[in-house]
Amino acid sequence: MRQVALSIQDFDAMLAALCGQYRIFAPVAFAGEGRCTDSDVVRYAEINSLAQIEFDRKSDYSPKEALLPISEPMLHFTPQGQWVDAAPDDGRGTLIFLRACDIHAFERLDAVYLGNGPEADPWYARRRNRTKFVLMECAQSYENCFCVSMGCNRTDNYAMAVRRTDGQVLAQVRDADLLATVPAGAADCQFTPQFVTANDTTVDLPDLDRVAAAIAQGLFDHDFWKEYAQRCVACGRCTVSCGDCSCFTTIDAPKDDDPATVERRRVWASCHIDRFTDMAGGHEFRKDYGSRMRYRVMHKIYDYPRRFGRPMCTGCGRCDDQCPEYISFSNCVNKLARLLKEEY
Amino acid sequence: MSDNPYIPRASEILEIRRETPIDYTYRLAWPAQPAPGQFFEVSVPGLGEAPISVCDFGPGYVEMTIRKVGRVTAGIFVKAPGERLYMRGPYGHGFPLEQFDGRHLVIVAGGTGLAPVKSVISRCVSDSRRLAGLDVLVGFKSPADILFRQELAAWKAQARVQLTVDRGEDGWTGPVGVVTGLIPQLEFPDKSNVVAIVVGPPVMMKYSLAALLAEGLTKEQIFVSYERRMSCGIGKCGHCKINDTYVCLEGPVFNFAKAQELKD
Repeated sequence: MRQVALSIQDFDAMLAALCGQYRIFAPVAFAGEGRCTDSDVVRYAEINSLAQIEFDRKSDYSPKEALLPISEPMLHFTPQGQWVDAAPDDGRGTLIFLRACDIHAFERLDAVYLGNGPEADPWYARRRNRTKFVLMECAQSYENCFCVSMGCNRTDNYAMAVRRTDGQVLAQVRDADLLATVPAGAADCQFTPQFVTANDTTVDLPDLDRVAAAIAQGLFDHDFWKEYAQRCVACGRCTVSCGDCSCFTTIDAPKDDDPATVERRRVWASCHIDRFTDMAGGHEFRKDYGSRMRYRVMHKIYDYPRRFGRPMCTGCGRCDDQCPEYISFSNCVNKLARLLKEEY
Repeated sequence: MSDNPYIPRASEILEIRRETPIDYTYRLAWPAQPAPGQFFEVSVPGLGEAPISVCDFGPGYVEMTIRKVGRVTAGIFVKAPGERLYMRGPYGHGFPLEQFDGRHLVIVAGGTGLAPVKSVISRCVSDSRRLAGLDVLVGFKSPADILFRQELAAWKAQARVQLTVDRGEDGWTGPVGVVTGLIPQLEFPDKSNVVAIVVGPPVMMKYSLAALLAEGLTKEQIFVSYERRMSCGIGKCGHCKINDTYVCLEGPVFNFAKAQELKD
């Protein structure tokens, strides 16, 4: 391990050297592409220089799309009647610049894509096995963040940690591949990443046994959820921006440049958006939007913890940032915890 | 990635039997034997993939009774024997037949819900000594919707089969009414030795389960099979999750003591 102070030129030289081995993803500000006029969107994209990386703002969308593209080719069915693997793979690994909470989010995705069921997802596994994390130190907590309550403000799971200062980058480099690209003559320094230790928003996670007891006593039918039936518009932004939400739907379509070949793709799906549960014959579940909010919240704080041992939320607060109806997940969980103490 | 679990394998259509104008039974070449109640992901390239339960199976084949209700099933309906479907599976947990030995089995099925339990019935009637008794209660919307007419007639030799339709039509002389209405008429010498299976549309299942509990059966004595939307069948896509349970992995067959906790 080395702690080095790198000039912008040195850091860019490192990125240039790594581009051959890795696709490098980082948060990038796209000017004017935000959801309101004249606003920006900060989302993940491939980069090859420091100047492209947005260090100061929280990204609107999570880094999950580096490993789980929004629309991903899975298989091709050829005119010869063969199914073949269609996921593009240039052999490179993935290097992702991300914050502590988002590293924890990948650990949540791992539980579903690698650990749930008898077989790992082959495409996620292939990318994930070659993924290295570059921790972006959080200089401060952002609006709606509650990572400390979720225990996701700190992490030790990274290949390199960085802090951008005026005119240089301080880096703690742990990984051998990355160490090999540190330019000769880079000055050693003292740098250990600091972590956020308090957020303005805190969350009181309800005890799982208490939730179980409340469910048995009718929590799902409680008036508590009616508020969300009226406020939620089922746009799905909360799930799309979430770093942990992992659902997908498969679709078949003619391959763009070769219509005789069928492409089976998967696209992100959301339990808040219509048709998520639709079945043949017109059966569907959770028609009203309040029950969709209930399903998502319970998945995050009860179902997933029961199955995998920890909450499916890292406190990044993006769902709260994104909701057009100003529905707050953290507020919902706190109100739920209060309700459980008072009524169950 | 030769062991990619998402890649389907070709399966030749060996035979097609028309059950009703919208329900056909397909015999599909398949080398391995599934368990009764398991399902496959069935593909029609270009149209997509859908989870479909096994209705019966034998050496070298599986059978599925398929209703033309959506994009994929419409694509299956234009296929002829000799053409191919593409399948992966079998997936999920089926019915625990070994737990039924020596018990009095009651099967309550509504409409196409009869398909996933057909192989349970056919195995039980072919080896009737394993059961203390077998009641089959089955309901269809109308006489035109009746599935497995020949099998239903044949099962009567070994089982008490009662068939009802929600609404009769000209020439129908059998019982009219919902299948739930037949449950109170069941007679068991030993209630504690009964085990029941309920499969069908959600509303039919709700009232059938209530009727069986009202007869004094415990939840542990009842098994159900759940149908949910799925895109993967292997615990990744998330569509079939209810609470902390994945229907594709832990189901589709559940003991009702577990299933009653599952609230969509």
